[in-house]
Amino acid sequence: MENKPEPKKQNAILIFLEELIRPSSSPKGRRRGVSQAILIPVLALFTGLVIGAIFIILTSEEVYAGFGKSFGAGLAASWNSVASAYSALFTGSLGDPPVIFSALQSGDAMAIKKAFNPILESLVAATPYIFASLGVALGFRSGVFNIGAEGQLYMGAIFSCVVGYSLTGLSPWVHIPLAMGAGALGGALWGFVPGWLKAKTGGHEVINTIMMNYIAYNLSTWLLSGPMRRPGEYNPISPNIQPSAMLPNFFGPPTRFHLGFFIALGMAVLVYWLLFKTTWGFELRTVGSNPKAARYAGMNIVVVTIVGMTLSGALAGMAGANEVLGVNHNLALSFSSGYGFDSIALALLGKNNPFGVVLASLLFGTLRNGATKMQVVSGVPIYIISILQAIILAFIAAPAIIRTIYRLRAPKEGEEVLSVRGWGGG
Amino acid sequence: MAPLLELRGITKRFPGVLANDHINLTLNQGEIHALLGENGAGKTTLMNILYGLYQPDEGEIYVRGSLVKVHSPIDAIKAGIGMVHQHFMLIPVFTVTENVMLGEEPLRPGGLLDRASVVKAIQEISSQYSLAVDPLAMVRDLPVGVQQRVEIIKLLYRKADILIFDEPTAVLTPQESDELFKIMRSLTEQGKSIIFITHKLREVLEVADIITVIRRGAVIGSTIPADANQNKLAAMMVGREVQLELEKTPAKVGDVVLDVKDLVVSDDLREIAVDKVSFDVCGGEILGIAGVQGNGQTELVESLTGLRDIVAGKVTLLGEDVTHGQPRQITELGAAHVPEDRQRDGLVLSFPIIDNLILNTYYDPPYSRGILLQEDAIRKEGETLVKEFDIRTPSALLSASSLSGGNQQKVIIARELSRPIRLLISSQPTRGLDVGSIEYIHKQILAKRDAGTAVLLVSTELDEILELSDRIAVMFRGKIVATVPAEKATKEYIGLLMAGVHPDQLEPPTETKKVSITF
Repeated sequence: MENKPEPKKQNAILIFLEELIRPSSSPKGRRRGVSQAILIPVLALFTGLVIGAIFIILTSEEVYAGFGKSFGAGLAASWNSVASAYSALFTGSLGDPPVIFSALQSGDAMAIKKAFNPILESLVAATPYIFASLGVALGFRSGVFNIGAEGQLYMGAIFSCVVGYSLTGLSPWVHIPLAMGAGALGGALWGFVPGWLKAKTGGHEVINTIMMNYIAYNLSTWLLSGPMRRPGEYNPISPNIQPSAMLPNFFGPPTRFHLGFFIALGMAVLVYWLLFKTTWGFELRTVGSNPKAARYAGMNIVVVTIVGMTLSGALAGMAGANEVLGVNHNLALSFSSGYGFDSIALALLGKNNPFGVVLASLLFGTLRNGATKMQVVSGVPIYIISILQAIILAFIAAPAIIRTIYRLRAPKEGEEVLSVRGWGGG
Repeated sequence: MAPLLELRGITKRFPGVLANDHINLTLNQGEIHALLGENGAGKTTLMNILYGLYQPDEGEIYVRGSLVKVHSPIDAIKAGIGMVHQHFMLIPVFTVTENVMLGEEPLRPGGLLDRASVVKAIQEISSQYSLAVDPLAMVRDLPVGVQQRVEIIKLLYRKADILIFDEPTAVLTPQESDELFKIMRSLTEQGKSIIFITHKLREVLEVADIITVIRRGAVIGSTIPADANQNKLAAMMVGREVQLELEKTPAKVGDVVLDVKDLVVSDDLREIAVDKVSFDVCGGEILGIAGVQGNGQTELVESLTGLRDIVAGKVTLLGEDVTHGQPRQITELGAAHVPEDRQRDGLVLSFPIIDNLILNTYYDPPYSRGILLQEDAIRKEGETLVKEFDIRTPSALLSASSLSGGNQQKVIIARELSRPIRLLISSQPTRGLDVGSIEYIHKQILAKRDAGTAVLLVSTELDEILELSDRIAVMFRGKIVATVPAEKATKEYIGLLMAGVHPDQLEPPTETKKVSITF
């Protein structure tokens, strides 16, 4: 080994991009792959918005009224409803540039806070997505299909809430990690059970995690109507957590942007480190990619599977803890609107790479936050956003659709692999 | 008269690769035309074009002088072209008749299946081409050789005139292969024509009327068996002189490394697959296990490497009882395992080559410290091994899936042989590989044996067993029916043992015959 080139440190974003495109033998194919890795999500978003617009038009009463008068009026009404909906979506999720500008000029702290609040709210909405989809992604990497993120999230919320309100007189330096850890523990427990069942008995984790979801959800209902109900309260809601357990809010009301977002980013780094830099991660990924080869290589599949599912649950549990400790400060019935289920899609969208998962979560947090404003301002049902999200996901998950619509050429992966197999032979 | 089939200037490009380069091929009626080439030479691509699975970029196909466009296998069948795939396309739980009629079911009035007419047709085809088969037998109950006959009958039932045989002898015993060659001749005598794809030189010389050699996507030349010999054909295939016979020094047999006593192992269906098998392997020798696929070899190897539970018996490795040993314990005692199915067990295809090279040593220094992977060490070691074992790849960081079969196998060989080992268990080490890779891997195995490693070689390729082994054990239906010293083993003798003939019924070969080595 004379004159060896400096080993290139493997960089996370690079790995993500490489996985998006997979190594392709010809430079031309690789270039096409890279551009499509960016182009396809963008086109999917665009196509989703176009189809969403059609739904907005079809569900708008003004449009029908307009067409009742004249064709021109109908078109104008269509344009108006779409434009108002999408501008509300934009300003609701990222902020209104003129408002931001004037707030900055006025120098009024409250005005600035309010102007930036939409984008901060988007980050708040993205945070539980990051936690939960990191969990699902870690599960996928270790070969378990964790449909149970929702239940694990509930368990995390219950555990952290109990620790949050029942312990008093603690310093936040102790109380927050304790409450967050309790959330992780709750989720971990709910991941461990199906993980153990899969590894030991072969019971399929998809079925078992779904069942565990029901148990967690109904357990929370029972707890809130009995043991955990706020004293003197008739509604099923828990006591508020101690201020010492609350995740610090950086800017104060009316903003809700809190420490949880950075904890989530920290977890993304941690998951990346675990998966790609440690022997444990090597085992998780080997079992996830080829369990037979993992067994051949002497890895303990039982242990690795249980660990994978447990860690996956712990991360989902932290999503629940995050909502309790950072946003709601108590536990109420049905507090999660399907974060756990959405996170399955987000893990896939992010190609199970921690940083891809963060980007996907930011996108969906933004859409979800903007949707609320869109509903308020233009009366477009919030369900339109769900439809939009579904369409975008479907397009990204099945790039062939987007390629067909926009006449993109496929990277010809299958044929390449085949020819490489046939040809590299020495 | 125009030839039956003519391929003119067939060219197929895959990105970065010319898989078929202006290939011309002519098949006359009643002819067996052998297409000889290494794996990856472009034989399969060419046949997939002929069978309508790929479209050529250039070139034309003529059948009986008229241009045909083959867009799908349906077009191919219409043009009278049929293919016997390497992996049979049969439904095991259907009868022969049902498999033959599948896709072209004749109906009786009222929409009921007309099995009787198909049975009759099969019987006619059977007797016409001496393809003995029971039309009412369930396919899963038939031996492999007979299943292949069913595939052939399927084509004849569909009135195919041009039959493509894709590596048909890969799954057969020598005797079954001879049987197949008789069938092929009987087919051509009655006017059918055959394209015979293979990489086995002996078979080509035995059965073909004309031989076309393909290398790197281009036709190198055609010849007839009378003008050819194995060395000449091998050189044409590979593009250089190939050492067909390995230089092998006599074994310096050392102490017993692996001792197996009365081993009983069951298969996935909990039926006895290995039945009271006993043998030992000493340092410095190669014990070959011969046998037709599916006679318990897979289960035997899995049980010895800790991948399958042992029902009864005892396995001792270097004096330690490993009867219920875990894979890692057995590996750490100094055993290496080249698994039968490299893609299923031996590699993580989505991982980079360097990660595959440390698949069972990742937890040891220098590849890790504590739980931290040492990326620089992994990379450096990986690149060294890629060079040392001649793994052909632009970069050691590419995924294992980007490699050819031969190079994937070299990754496993590199990983297993670069460690200090006392026992090498090698199962089908060269299955599906090209001549060059086979030559290389055989040399590596012999080098390990000469360095004092005990080698257990399991292979269904009898030639490979005969070439490498110092002793040969023959497995049939889970039992070792005989163990023969290599110098007394002949192809015919071992072949009959493999087919289940009891050793007492055989004249043991007295005279030492020179073993001819073929690929």
